[in-house]
Amino acid sequence: MGALPQEQEQKRTQKKGGGSGEAGQAEATEKAEKLKEEMDDILDEIDSVLEENAEEFVKSYVQKGGE
Amino acid sequence: MAIPKVTGIETEYGISGPGMADFNPVLASSLLINSYAGTLRRIRWDYEQESPLRDARGYEPVQERQPVEEDLGLANVILPNGARYYVDHAHPEYSTPECASPRGLVAHDKAGERILERSLEAARQLLPPDQHLAIYKNNTDGKGNSYGCHENYLVDRATPFSRIVRDLTPFLVTRQIFTGAGKIGSESPRDEARHVSYQLSQRTDFFEAEVGLETTLKRPIINTRDEPHADPEKYRRLHVIIGDANMCEVATFLKVGTTALVLKMVEDDFVPDLSLESPVGTLHEVSWDVSCRRTVRLRDGRRLRALELQWEYLDLAKKWVKESEPTGENGEVLQWWEAILSGIEEDPLTLHRELDWVAKLRLLEGYRARDDLDWRSPKLAMIDLQYHDVRRNRGLYYRLAEAGQVERLVADAEIDQAVGEPPEDTRAFFRGSCIRRYPNSIAAASWDSIIFDTGAEALQRVPTREPLKGTREHVESLLAASESAADLIAALQR
Repeated sequence: MGALPQEQEQKRTQKKGGGSGEAGQAEATEKAEKLKEEMDDILDEIDSVLEENAEEFVKSYVQKGGE
Repeated sequence: MAIPKVTGIETEYGISGPGMADFNPVLASSLLINSYAGTLRRIRWDYEQESPLRDARGYEPVQERQPVEEDLGLANVILPNGARYYVDHAHPEYSTPECASPRGLVAHDKAGERILERSLEAARQLLPPDQHLAIYKNNTDGKGNSYGCHENYLVDRATPFSRIVRDLTPFLVTRQIFTGAGKIGSESPRDEARHVSYQLSQRTDFFEAEVGLETTLKRPIINTRDEPHADPEKYRRLHVIIGDANMCEVATFLKVGTTALVLKMVEDDFVPDLSLESPVGTLHEVSWDVSCRRTVRLRDGRRLRALELQWEYLDLAKKWVKESEPTGENGEVLQWWEAILSGIEEDPLTLHRELDWVAKLRLLEGYRARDDLDWRSPKLAMIDLQYHDVRRNRGLYYRLAEAGQVERLVADAEIDQAVGEPPEDTRAFFRGSCIRRYPNSIAAASWDSIIFDTGAEALQRVPTREPLKGTREHVESLLAASESAADLIAALQR
């Protein structure tokens, strides 16, 4: 299969390398920081496109009739 | 006996005109479609379902009839890719052409989003500068109004319907662990629903019955509509109304791929009785459990997690594929199915690249953590909605995809191709090709017919009642040799 989730691969290596001891600990912290940075970037990106007047926007979104 | 699963997806898109005081969804939907379709509007939808005078040579003369829906000025067009694009009540609806593989259907489902996106662009040219429309590929307005995303599967007429009900229900009740598109809160009247902050499915709250004909009230898990749009002696078209509209390609691929496999097993009488004690109640409870840990009760007394029930279906499917249909295409469905179930087993949140409900939940949790937001925050509701915006520069799913945060299955080039061209492996190829080659000689068309107006005295209907006939392989040379529609009709009559 062309594109099996890369994460499967990642998870496996993570488990292998993520044992106890300082090296494992440091690796885990580094990984967590990287994930947080990645999330911060995503949230910044979403901030830049999210409709501004959320409350009014969501309130006025009414769909009637269908199927 | 298991027959090939010709499939299609019909999506009703949410439509709004933010800030437009006199917004009319029916007119707006019509404007959207007409501005995209241009001159193709002239070709009518053929509502004549029955063709009792079917000619063995494959054509029959018909009398011209008066248009019905056109009197209301509502758009209803057939596109050169074989799709139908029309106003359904108060929504624009896009029905993909018939596809013979889940991968092909993913491309055509995505093509539908692109067509809506292009329609928005086209409509913008016609609207005053301060007005614009927005389109969402979701299933609820969050206020108790739901609109559908219906799947269709070609099924052997000989398979007893009661068996489909028995064997498909537990599957549909539990597949939402990977097909759900996620939503904040609940719109169910049940007491327990008050404690739901986030759930797997957009649609589940609206289902109240096990089996029935309804699609808008007392919606059933299994819909009994019997409109095969094909030879009714041989085929049934199973109309599955319970699914969420998906943005993630993996979710759409699995939704259709796994359901098609289960239906083939049902046709081969391969599935043991896995009936649930209380399907409707269980359906809601599965959706409300984002941990995917709660157990459900089977009629045989066993208690299993929804995930475990899915593992049972997967194990059966592996066995069935090995014995009956060991194709690469089935192998791909099985591999993804297993990868996703394993991911849910480990931690559902690991699947934020593949599943909509997880991708959305991750965003919402990110915002909750950063901005300290309550689940009832309008900002979160906005994220829940805008995740489904079809504009690639605004929709949050597409912002994630752009950032490389989403697993893709089909290339953009394949999607663009599906916007303009029909699938090659079903009758949609014949329909779409005729629309493209002879647009001025077609009076009307539908899933199972094309009505030609070649200037002769009578219109000519060409029935297309075999979904797997009229493929590129079957008709390409015939079409190439037919300069005009009249040539084509003459060749068919020969």
